[in-house]
Amino acid sequence: MEDTILKVVNFSAFFGTNQILKSINMEFPKKKVIAMMGPSGCGKTTFIRCINRMHELNHDATTDGSIFLHEEDIYDMLPIFLRRRIGMVFQRPNPFPTMSIFENVIAGYSLNGIKLKKAEKEQVVEDSLTKAALWNEVKDSLHRRGTFLSGGQQQRLCIARAIAMKPEILLLDEPTSALDPISTHNIEELLLDLKNDYTIIIVTHNMQQASRVSDRTAFFYLGDLVEYDETQSIFTKPKEIRTQNYITGRFG
Amino acid sequence: MKEQKRTLNARIISDFIFNGLVLLISAACAVPLILILYFIVSKGLSSISWTFLTNIPKPVGETGGGILNAIIGSLILVVMASVIAIPIAVIIGVYIAENRNTRVAKLARFSAEILQGVPSIVIGIIGYIWVVRTFGGFSAISGSIALAIMMLPVIVRTTEETVSLIPGSIKEAALALGVPYYKTMLSIIIPSGFSGIMTGIIISVARVAGETAPLLLTSFGNPFISTDPTKPIASLPQLIFNYAMSPYQSWKDQAWGAAFVLLTWILLISLLSKFLTRRWKIQF
Repeated sequence: MEDTILKVVNFSAFFGTNQILKSINMEFPKKKVIAMMGPSGCGKTTFIRCINRMHELNHDATTDGSIFLHEEDIYDMLPIFLRRRIGMVFQRPNPFPTMSIFENVIAGYSLNGIKLKKAEKEQVVEDSLTKAALWNEVKDSLHRRGTFLSGGQQQRLCIARAIAMKPEILLLDEPTSALDPISTHNIEELLLDLKNDYTIIIVTHNMQQASRVSDRTAFFYLGDLVEYDETQSIFTKPKEIRTQNYITGRFG
Repeated sequence: MKEQKRTLNARIISDFIFNGLVLLISAACAVPLILILYFIVSKGLSSISWTFLTNIPKPVGETGGGILNAIIGSLILVVMASVIAIPIAVIIGVYIAENRNTRVAKLARFSAEILQGVPSIVIGIIGYIWVVRTFGGFSAISGSIALAIMMLPVIVRTTEETVSLIPGSIKEAALALGVPYYKTMLSIIIPSGFSGIMTGIIISVARVAGETAPLLLTSFGNPFISTDPTKPIASLPQLIFNYAMSPYQSWKDQAWGAAFVLLTWILLISLLSKFLTRRWKIQF
């Protein structure tokens, strides 16, 4: 595959003795949207949390195998530097409650002690909010608390906060599962714009969402990567019977 | 039918009596407070004057004089105790909340609970043995240490409760931006719990501001104004204790006056805490 940004080699993850992911091998192309699909408990969320090493916040979590960001194994990197290169957006919007919208967007810089001039800060905030399709709605209230926004706006604020750090990859863990259909639509539109600049890996329960937004889709089942292909092929001519059963709604 | 009606009436009546009793007993809890306030205001207010608040005590036998030494002393003791207790207690509280099931956390939580139950005079004795005897004399700092020990458990508990109520997603948001753990705690978690932690601090300050027993054996008291932490220092509760025990009527009156000052102070602190928690309430 050309322009691979992330390469996963024989990667397994465990909680204690419980194996969550079973020897995953896959490659992620640059500047595409890749969807992780599968029923609850299949390991898709664990998998993306391994990509920015959030997985290891859990004390009995361990991993085996390698994930390469370009040529570098992420398990040889310091998590705090890795996480600045691989941003993450969570299931529920989680803006920092003590901070204004403005402070939330530049939080990645201010909390990491990266000094920016006032003009640079304003630039970063405007760019990030514009990319997150939130600028027009909040430009007059940048100094209000981020928690006063609606759920959908908060989630876009969290996306703005993640892309303000100019990450190479953006991980989204079911970013629309707590949102209403209109907010969901806005975020999906946004993802299609964002893939011009970033590689996006999105976890979703929702098959329609996977088919709408992604270029490639991976189907996980019980810790196995069952099938990984162009989204269109997965949905029109799946090779595996388990994928076919899931897509046709026979389980999951 | 008649029988039924009678029992119904009986039920309504007993319900009425029960409600009345509960109301009465609940209202009764205000009685001691009202009596205390009444006595202190009626007896103390007459002692309050500008000279009372801005002068130090006169020698025995002379009338007049004030309690400025004790006001300043209490302020110094409480501020020093807070400086010692707050950082330690907040760190312990955050640690317990973050590492709920580790041995150290369980030990720390258990210790805080026990410490809360230790009588204040025992803490005074401990302060005497550990600090006064070690450094060879009564001192303001030994009094502050005794008060700090009393403040610890309250702040530890409220910090722990506050921090464990902060959604984990906030912490994850910071860590996912590559923010180091310590910075996440200091810049995100503690500020998010600020109003709760502040309430604990203020409650503990209000509590130790009126403590006498730990100070008897540590800060000792001083008829003059002292700001030297290594020397004995006066305090309001101890001055009240000494004056109230004295045979002189003028001192007894001044004890009421000092009690009025102390009570006003604590009342103001409590009101401030109510105001601050409302003002700085964080919405998640």
